[in-house]
Amino acid sequence: MKGYASWGRYPKAIPAMVYGPHWADELFPKDAHFLLPYGNGRSYGDSCLNDSGALLDMRGLDRFLSFDHSTGILRCEAGVLLADILALVVPMGWFLPVTPGTRFVTVGGAIANDVHGKNHHRTGTFGQHVQRLALRRSDQGVVLCSVTENADLFHATIAGLGLTGAILWAEIQLRPIANAAMDTETIRFSNLDAFFDLSGESDRDYEYTVAWIDCLAQGKFLGRGLFMRGNHATPQEKLPAPPGKTRGFPVDMPFPLVNVWSLRAFNSLYYRKQFAKMRRTITHYEPFFYPLDGVLHWNRLYGRRGFLQYQCVVPPESAKESIRALLEIIATARSGSFLAVLKVFGNRFSPGLLSFPRPGATLALDFPNQGQHTLDLLDQLDTIVASAGGAVYPAKDARMSGEHFRQYFPRWEEFQRYIDPRFSSSFWRRVTRT
Amino acid sequence: MRHILIVGATSAIAEATARRFAQEGDRLYLVARNPERLAAVASDLETRGATQVETMVLDANDTTKHSELITQAETTMGGLDTILVAHGTLSDQKACESSFDETLKELQTNCLSLISLLTHVANRFEEQKHGTIVVISSVAGDRGRQSNYVYGTAKAAVSTFLQGLRNRLYRSGVTVITIKPGFVDTPMTASFRKGKLWVSPEKISEGISRAIQRKSDVVYLPWFWKFIMVVIRLIPENFFKKMKL
Ligand SMILES: Cc1cc2nc3c(=O)[nH]c(=O)nc-3n(C[C@H](O)[C@H](O)[C@H](O)COP(=O)(O)OP(=O)(O)OC[C@H]3O[C@@H](n4cnc5c(N)ncnc54)[C@H](O)[C@@H]3O)c2cc1C
Ligand SMILES: NC(=O)c1ccc[n+]([C@@H]2O[C@H](COP(=O)([O-])OP(=O)(O)OC[C@H]3O[C@@H](n4cnc5c(N)ncnc54)[C@H](OP(=O)(O)O)[C@@H]3O)[C@@H](O)[C@H]2O)c1
Repeated sequence: MKGYASWGRYPKAIPAMVYGPHWADELFPKDAHFLLPYGNGRSYGDSCLNDSGALLDMRGLDRFLSFDHSTGILRCEAGVLLADILALVVPMGWFLPVTPGTRFVTVGGAIANDVHGKNHHRTGTFGQHVQRLALRRSDQGVVLCSVTENADLFHATIAGLGLTGAILWAEIQLRPIANAAMDTETIRFSNLDAFFDLSGESDRDYEYTVAWIDCLAQGKFLGRGLFMRGNHATPQEKLPAPPGKTRGFPVDMPFPLVNVWSLRAFNSLYYRKQFAKMRRTITHYEPFFYPLDGVLHWNRLYGRRGFLQYQCVVPPESAKESIRALLEIIATARSGSFLAVLKVFGNRFSPGLLSFPRPGATLALDFPNQGQHTLDLLDQLDTIVASAGGAVYPAKDARMSGEHFRQYFPRWEEFQRYIDPRFSSSFWRRVTRT
Repeated sequence: MRHILIVGATSAIAEATARRFAQEGDRLYLVARNPERLAAVASDLETRGATQVETMVLDANDTTKHSELITQAETTMGGLDTILVAHGTLSDQKACESSFDETLKELQTNCLSLISLLTHVANRFEEQKHGTIVVISSVAGDRGRQSNYVYGTAKAAVSTFLQGLRNRLYRSGVTVITIKPGFVDTPMTASFRKGKLWVSPEKISEGISRAIQRKSDVVYLPWFWKFIMVVIRLIPENFFKKMKL
């Protein structure tokens, strides 16, 4: 039987029941459990978990319903993976309007967390490109939602954390491309100031920008890393080949492979990966957008205890100071990951009541689960984020306090009105009842 | 490009197989009894690249329409060279034990309706001297067990019928393929606890595609069921009858 964990494999939760609808016309099961849709489990914490409740495994709704080759409007069921969409549309000259750092997420999951990508400064969140969706609710049956029909429910469902009902299908506006290649540049920078300068000068000319930070570097090297920027390539004579087959990480490690030594080695290597200050390449889109998808189940690297991911956004006015303060704590604690990602969000509004992206700088990284030590460290980070007026991303959270959640997402009370009376999640119970 | 008729097109195994056909650009004629679901499957296959997708809403037990169905499929697609028969119900064994009507219904759906379809198709293919007949039977037909012998009886009859058909049509160049899946995770088996032997419909569809390519005769899917069933068939009856299976 398939496991129903989240990507961080922490916290553990056991659903009482799992249902696998295959058809949009199927009604919800009649039992008394609270329901929660489950996409592909790529959320890290407990937003896709429903301890002692029932999960609706939405992957069975995986049909394409229509695709207009001339306008790029795709309608598909909510369990379709972004990877399947790419496989279908890239050869026809279309691409996702927004993609997270893994292509193994479902359309329903992408909407329910209103996911963002490296082009946030240009195109905003995934939800901004959803033109219409169909939602099944226990109290109203199937409801069609868009900015013009049932607009309130539409805005609650985008970033609705799966709580407003089950999304059955959605219509998405794709964006045109000339080919599958990306024209990319990687630039080494030596500290945080340099990052913000690079970001400021790149966001105008590059659709995609993001940086990898060596989060163990301290002092004048604090915040050093590699800045990656790119655009979809113009027509090319010779196109880069897609990478080979993905390899799975076969077993759980009995102990985490990630510790301070392996991290230090990895981070330094990664930083020195390129000797020249700047490197320009034409690559296939897969390694550019999905460097981790090359190793399926890389989360097993962290061992059975799992790991916690932390992603926050801090407002633009004090972004530099806040990120510096966060990185200092992380560097001193010496337990961060090789995956520190830093990006400056654009000013485009996010459509969902609970959307995470907002103007400012966003930092994301993993922490192997070392129990209370890790939780204390993350609380420390939260103190900085909260006092800066920032927010933490629910899709990646397993531990933020209810008080912080309600401060980060002030529209949560308004949102509550749209929750399906039969829906709930481990995450929602945690952040509203504590 | 093939011209393929699929009966029971809303079956999870059929749908997974049809996606492979669509990707190859085949022409498809889909038959199922639930119009909304049939429409969803049809739009998916069209989007995935099928050259043509036609549908007919029909209960497979409506055998009086079978001849017309095959003519329709042939004319709208401009030919017919492959048929995949996938519809079926997992009989409620207990209900069948207490009611012959229930048993008859199950035999009707899982056996007689197929025999009717195959009778028509066999004659067309024999006449045109080519064609591929693919039918989803089951390992359950290989030996009668107390837990599902009505379903098993239907599948055994289908397998035997196909065996005869294969023998008859060999000289006409028609391929007859019997697919015998083991445990497949589909809506039919939604209520079962799934162990290590269970596979996805995609996995089965891969095997079906391969069988068509290789013009196989009888295919167990996944392959290890061939050995499991050899062992099960070898158990002496006077011992087998005492087992709780
Ligand atoms: C390697 C990696 C990189 C990532 N990078 C990014 C990134 O760059 N940007 C970003 O924003 N996120 C990122 N994420 C997070 C990921 O994109 C989100 O957590 C996404 O929502 C996961 O989708 P899923 O289909 O796996 O859904 P799940 O994780 O299973 O569920 C997520 C939420 O969606 C709800 N849901 C699922 N299906 C439906 C449905 N049909 N109807 C209603 N609700 C539904 C669930 O109830 C749950 O609340 C990354 C994750 C990983 C593992
Ligand atoms: N799943 C397994 O473990 C397994 C193992 C061995 C063999 N098989 C065989 O594989 C085949 C496909 O089954 P599946 O596993 O894919 O299950 P499934 O998804 O439940 O498909 C069964 C399909 O048969 C259709 N059907 C039933 N009675 C019909 C009728 N009278 N007329 C038209 N359509 C009818 C159903 O349509 P409705 O939606 O309208 O009911 C449904 O689409 C079946 O022959 C089954 O016996 C399955």
